[in-house]
Amino acid sequence: MKDILGLLPLEAEKIDRILSLGLTMKARLRRGEKTLPTLVGKSAVTLFYENSTRTRCSFELAGKYLGAQVVNISASSSSVQKGESLVDTGKTLDAMKNDFIIIRHPMSGAPGLLARTVKAHVVNAGDGMNEHPSQALLDMLTMREHLGTIEGLRVAILGDIRHSRVAKSNLYGLRKLGAEVRMFAPATLMPAGLATMGAKICSSREEAVEGADVVMGLRIQLERQKAGNFPSLSEYAKYYGVNEDVMKYAKPTALIMHPGPVNRGVELTCGLIDGEASRIEDQVLSGLAVRMAMLTILNEEEEA
Amino acid sequence: MIFRNADVVLGREVVRADIRTESGRIAEIAESIQADGESIDCTGLTVFPGLIDIHVHLRDPGYEQKEDIFSGSRAAVKGGFTQICCMPNTNPVIDNKVVAAYIKARAAEADLCKIHPIGAITKGQKGEELSAIGGMKAAGVVALSEDGKSVRNSKLMANAMLYASDFGLKCLCHCEDAALTEGCSVHEGTYSTLTGLKGSIRAAEDIMIARDICLSESLGIPVHICHVSTYSGVKLIREAKARGVKVTAETCPHYFTLTDAAIATFDTNTKVNPPLREERDRLAIIEGLKDGTIDCIVTDHAPHHEDDKNVEYDLAAFGISGLETSFALSYTALVGRGGCRKRGAGDFTLPDLSEKMSANPARILGLEGGEIAVGAPADLTIADLAQEWTIRPAEFVSRGKNTPFAGRKVFGKIRYTVVDGKIKYPFPALGGAGTDGGARK
Repeated sequence: MKDILGLLPLEAEKIDRILSLGLTMKARLRRGEKTLPTLVGKSAVTLFYENSTRTRCSFELAGKYLGAQVVNISASSSSVQKGESLVDTGKTLDAMKNDFIIIRHPMSGAPGLLARTVKAHVVNAGDGMNEHPSQALLDMLTMREHLGTIEGLRVAILGDIRHSRVAKSNLYGLRKLGAEVRMFAPATLMPAGLATMGAKICSSREEAVEGADVVMGLRIQLERQKAGNFPSLSEYAKYYGVNEDVMKYAKPTALIMHPGPVNRGVELTCGLIDGEASRIEDQVLSGLAVRMAMLTILNEEEEA
Repeated sequence: MIFRNADVVLGREVVRADIRTESGRIAEIAESIQADGESIDCTGLTVFPGLIDIHVHLRDPGYEQKEDIFSGSRAAVKGGFTQICCMPNTNPVIDNKVVAAYIKARAAEADLCKIHPIGAITKGQKGEELSAIGGMKAAGVVALSEDGKSVRNSKLMANAMLYASDFGLKCLCHCEDAALTEGCSVHEGTYSTLTGLKGSIRAAEDIMIARDICLSESLGIPVHICHVSTYSGVKLIREAKARGVKVTAETCPHYFTLTDAAIATFDTNTKVNPPLREERDRLAIIEGLKDGTIDCIVTDHAPHHEDDKNVEYDLAAFGISGLETSFALSYTALVGRGGCRKRGAGDFTLPDLSEKMSANPARILGLEGGEIAVGAPADLTIADLAQEWTIRPAEFVSRGKNTPFAGRKVFGKIRYTVVDGKIKYPFPALGGAGTDGGARK
């Protein structure tokens, strides 16, 4: 496997392997065993055209814990500012013998363009409204760890579905492993066609959350309000947010998840964010583990 | 010159005939012409009235890395076109007689097909003041278009239509409500969601189609709708025609041969404006062509440099290089022949196709030509309809190799393109205007 561009093109078997290895990694990390020599002598670059704290840091540490040399490039300080094209940037990074390029880009499909251009493994760390495979994998890893399996789970995803690469990658991955995915969003933030991709589109929060094993809130960007998608964050929270009353419809054991960073009291109430059912902090550790697994598997298959 | 033993598209008929040309005009059409002189055996070939494309981008002046008048002319005649009309979104914009005259002069130098410039409706296509309409008409402009956008201000558009009508010029309307297409690369639907590309809804096109129909109806001035892509747009035009509005319309081969499913691979060659839509739209476009709602087929030939397309989908330029594939795509999809008969639209005939690609475009803009008749200009397109071939962008003579049809098998190969009685394709030998560099004195 050369690249991980998304969960749509990734076979169920591959997803399963990444999750299994990720669980092992996570257990090691919990024991404080951080480092492995898997990628000693390899190099990786994180190429971020969008701001990110957790994803970049997580990928950087994943590479470093595995022994790789990791270099960070952000669009603001790079030749991108001088107008270099993505294709040319990719060729430059390739010429420096990078083994992995981890890219985040505001435009859908950009990692695919890069992957077609370079010899290095390309890992999509989020592209536009397309995919965010490592996020979905870490979500699934968290679910598998706490609920034992993905198959048969009912997962509710609520929030800005239209602009969410997280929602789509989760939909693809969860469906491949046999989970049910229910979605709810304001009409302005629900895109066309998700039902044909296997999602159950719901007409209320309660319907979405009904009997759910996992309830996932998606981040609301303030710019969406300015673009006229809803009147205010407080109105969003009141009519579309997940609160304790809504959670009464979910299974009593249901987990609360969120890809972060969370707007406290908007997507989820503070009580839910900090409550016992919340796995939001644990998702971060899953992220590190699953990214170590992704890099390991890309590397393994190269050597095999 | 005598073209012998051809199947000739003569009005609504296809007849076996010889055609004799003299001094650039058709002199005789008869079953068998007994005359001496140079002749071309057209056995097994079909002679159409010279194809006319009223929506082409030649990129010259200003964007010669994408195309220029020489390379564009070559692409045109290779595609069977004897007359083309070029859009004003050049740099500088065709908004005055100087740029229009430049195009006419370069076209004469290239000396392949007839090239008619289209002038911008407003100065610099800025949507603020009317461009020099009278002056451009005197310099050879045959129509007006804001190309690539609508004139947002409805009052200004009404004035443009009124003023242009004084000069016998029609407005060709690119229909797009800019607020609804801001930042959009594709059609909004399942495939925009699948790819995560921002899509625009049909209303973005339909609203402006409706507005321009309303202006036409209120003012009683004919109007032409460019590159219709939506089923709902077809309906608006059909209804307007039914109540007597003087509206005509065009579409492009990609709107009746492709759908937005083609964007799933992020191939930037599928990025076009208006965007590829859904199957119901594609079928409605074919229906509109059949029932006369859509009058003509144009290419919207939009050549681009590789660098304009080898980028992120959102950054890629809109457009398809279409001159060299339009005839074969249209013939194969609409008429069908041989192995592809079942893919054709069935009851669409050769004369129907010819009307959409010659007679109607000529009628819409009042151009001479578009028919095979004694006394008419000897503009002929001669094709081998039985020949199947594969579209290969590397073989394009256009500088724009950007096509989503690479690898597609089609029927109908252009064998000769004749303009004013002279064979312009296959290209005349060097020393004439045949090759790119050679023609630049």
